[in-house]
Amino acid sequence: MPLEAHIPSGPLSQKWSKHKQDSKLINPANKRKYTVIVVGSGLAGSSAAATLSELGYNVKCFCFQDSPRRAHSIAAQGGINAAKNYQHDGDSTYRLFYDTIKGGDFRAREANVYRLAEVSANIIDQCVAQGVPLAREYGGLLANRSFGGAQVSRTFYARGQTGQQLLLGAYSALNKEIARGGVKMFPRTEMLDLVLVDGQAKGIIVRDLVTGKISSHAGDTVLLCTGGYGNVFYLSTNAKGCNTTAIWRAHRKGALFANPCYTQIHPTCIPVSGDYQSKLTLMSESLRNDGRVWVPKKKEDCGKPPAQIPEDARDYYLERKYPSYGNLAPRDISSRSAKEACDEGRGVGPGGLGVYLDFADAILRYGHDQAADKNLSEAELRKLGKAVVAEKYGNLFDMYECITGENGYEQPMRIYPAVHYTMGGLWVDYNLMSNVPGLHVLGEANFSDHGANRLGASALMQGLADGYFVIPTTIANYLATQKPGSIKADHPAFKQAEAEVNARTKRFIDIKGKRTVDSYHRELGLLMWNECGMARSRDGLQKAIDRLPALREDFWNNVRVPGSGADFNQELEKAGRVADFLEFGELMCRDALQREESCGGHFRVEHQYTKEDEAAKRGQAGEALRDDTNFSYVAAWEFTGDVSNPKLHKEPLAYEEVHLAVRSYV
Amino acid sequence: MASNLNLKLKIWRQPSTNAKGTFQDVEATDIPETASFLEMLDIVNQRIIDSGGDPVAFDHDCREGICGTCSMVINGIPHGPRRGTTACQLHMRLFKNGDTIWIEPFRAKAFPVIKDLAVDRSAFDRIMVAGGFISVRTGSAQDANSLPISKEDADSAMDAAECIGCGACVATCKNASAMLFVSAKAGQLNSLPQGQPEKHRRVLGMVKAMDESGFGNCTNQYECEAACPKGISVRWIAKLNRDYALATVHESLLAPANGKGGGAA
Repeated sequence: MPLEAHIPSGPLSQKWSKHKQDSKLINPANKRKYTVIVVGSGLAGSSAAATLSELGYNVKCFCFQDSPRRAHSIAAQGGINAAKNYQHDGDSTYRLFYDTIKGGDFRAREANVYRLAEVSANIIDQCVAQGVPLAREYGGLLANRSFGGAQVSRTFYARGQTGQQLLLGAYSALNKEIARGGVKMFPRTEMLDLVLVDGQAKGIIVRDLVTGKISSHAGDTVLLCTGGYGNVFYLSTNAKGCNTTAIWRAHRKGALFANPCYTQIHPTCIPVSGDYQSKLTLMSESLRNDGRVWVPKKKEDCGKPPAQIPEDARDYYLERKYPSYGNLAPRDISSRSAKEACDEGRGVGPGGLGVYLDFADAILRYGHDQAADKNLSEAELRKLGKAVVAEKYGNLFDMYECITGENGYEQPMRIYPAVHYTMGGLWVDYNLMSNVPGLHVLGEANFSDHGANRLGASALMQGLADGYFVIPTTIANYLATQKPGSIKADHPAFKQAEAEVNARTKRFIDIKGKRTVDSYHRELGLLMWNECGMARSRDGLQKAIDRLPALREDFWNNVRVPGSGADFNQELEKAGRVADFLEFGELMCRDALQREESCGGHFRVEHQYTKEDEAAKRGQAGEALRDDTNFSYVAAWEFTGDVSNPKLHKEPLAYEEVHLAVRSYV
Repeated sequence: MASNLNLKLKIWRQPSTNAKGTFQDVEATDIPETASFLEMLDIVNQRIIDSGGDPVAFDHDCREGICGTCSMVINGIPHGPRRGTTACQLHMRLFKNGDTIWIEPFRAKAFPVIKDLAVDRSAFDRIMVAGGFISVRTGSAQDANSLPISKEDADSAMDAAECIGCGACVATCKNASAMLFVSAKAGQLNSLPQGQPEKHRRVLGMVKAMDESGFGNCTNQYECEAACPKGISVRWIAKLNRDYALATVHESLLAPANGKGGGAA
């Protein structure tokens, strides 16, 4: 199977302009004859559905949530990057592009990333015009903050709720088009299969989650905007409903799954408190602008209250190891450093799985700023400084207090890494179309822009870039080759797919076994976290690969799904998603096993710089050791009919502009 | 050290929209006080399934207080006793061993029960479709900094924009009024310069959709502000009332519509 990425020719900075010129157009009278099916209503889905409707296409949009506004993009906190250079600090399209490529550990496609950086500025314009209340300075202009992996301030934000505000902006655009009649919205409706006709994606099978009714929807093209697969770990910062079913079903129908092992573990999350825990809560990386990360230098100090550990007995390990980026080192590096500190026995809090994030210095510093020349006591300075910190991050401190019962202003927060984002996803070309003609994949659900690690504030950027600015141009390249409305939902392919979905539902209900769906999900999650989490080894991955088929078999023989398929049944919803995670987990481990290198979110313990490398100035001991000679490719997996025997295809990553370098943040 | 709680739950069970509902007594024993309220329900549900029963249906998703999906009344208060906190962020350390906890769905004519604690809040989406937007086509926006907006105005709009659309304001109101939600949504856009051209249309459209959805009238009781997990202020209701009055006057002063728009034929 040839993997043709359809990257336009010409200089990197001209490719997108050229591609827009060369892309096909469909005249307005014909656009309304095409039906576009959009699955998912997060940033990518809502923005795509709204914009395609504005252009005149007939759009049907589906989400499993009770309202499109509740998609998990809403939970993104910190911000959105854009190469506006409003701070006059040397930012540019090229610099955003380079930071993103480097942040991704040189495992992303150059042309896609450049395009992302290029359209980033338009996103900010669009959102402001929609009434998104991004933070402003007193002069009335937009404010920026800095984020991990960058030395400029290019992140736009709305308090600690940037994702919420951007999603509500996209949701408002969607509402505008629903009102106009261009979009028909289907909330509480979950896609359970993709339908191909003559090898082309022509529709989906869905379940109405309230009535249980299974139905078919035909269209001229299908857009999957269904987010990532982080919940394969059970515990993650994803919403409970986030799942891989849409993209996994598409994978089973022929779509290649690219780089599934690239998983982002976010460094600033609230540590696990018990085995009943249902999810992990992230606190924005923006906290690392002002919070200092540390653990005690000595193990013996770990049990002491932090205030009793003197300054010289603390190890501010990020500042020590990465002096130029300090606490703003990229996510993968910060997470792994926290794990190392805890593995050395220097973790704090219950179970020793936590590190401190300390705002004491920031509070004093801001206090001094506010006091100017006035001579104030330390308590007064703290009071002034606390107000500044509260203005910036108040909601995050409240959330921390709510969950842990501890006050982050008075004592350092405890944090630990948690699964947060998945860089892998369905393989797409430059048009965001998968190898299955007519199947487009946007946002976190595709693999294309973040390589092996995503920088902070880039997920919102990518979701909206894909939906507002990329797909509206590129979709015509496919649609122009299709006769509109040629396939209807009464086509036999739909009937057959419906029958399969109904049979699967019946099978879940009929097992009547002994174990709950959640118990399987937890077991899967723990296995994945231990063997395919922050540090992976050949033996561990093999162990997981050996275990997963048996776990699947047990699930299919022993799971208990109460109720029936004909009504509101949340256990049934979960069963379908967990069944797919149980298959997907194995692909993830297999991908991690074949990638005999460390890069970004994929860290193989066998591949790291040693003390000798450090002495020879090749790289810092313990850092990820990439193998550009053998692994500078996208691993795109084909489903062969056997979950345990996927076929690997490779798309070589050709770098025309960027010189591959060791990713150093020292 | 954290300890565990034994609780008596009285949970509303209702198989479907038109079925009759009733409170069911459930013993929730050995609940860790570090668990969240929804994790407590998870534990209860796992036990119900293990014993062959039908688990309690409840809506939830992000479990970090931002998506607005969770929607239950706990001891008579939407989202429970802790102010400014969604049910998913409520933690069991707020309860005492031996407590009885009443758990009900959000109740309002405009929010029909789907099952147990899950309700249909699509009326909120219908209100948003009726005007909760600024009509700006993708790609037609000017440079974001070409329109300075004072920090005070931007912050004020953000205060309104923090609404998570959960419906606690409706559930707590004796009239089941949606005024806090509608006023926050309209108020955000109406207080920004970008929102001015459609301001009157927006207000009239959203209020009409609200009335048609079966929400009650606002009689200034202000429970909504107290129940709101995001602390949305009732001053937005005052603003909506002003904006609505202005829009009504504006509409009455417009020349009678002749059904013909401008522009080329």
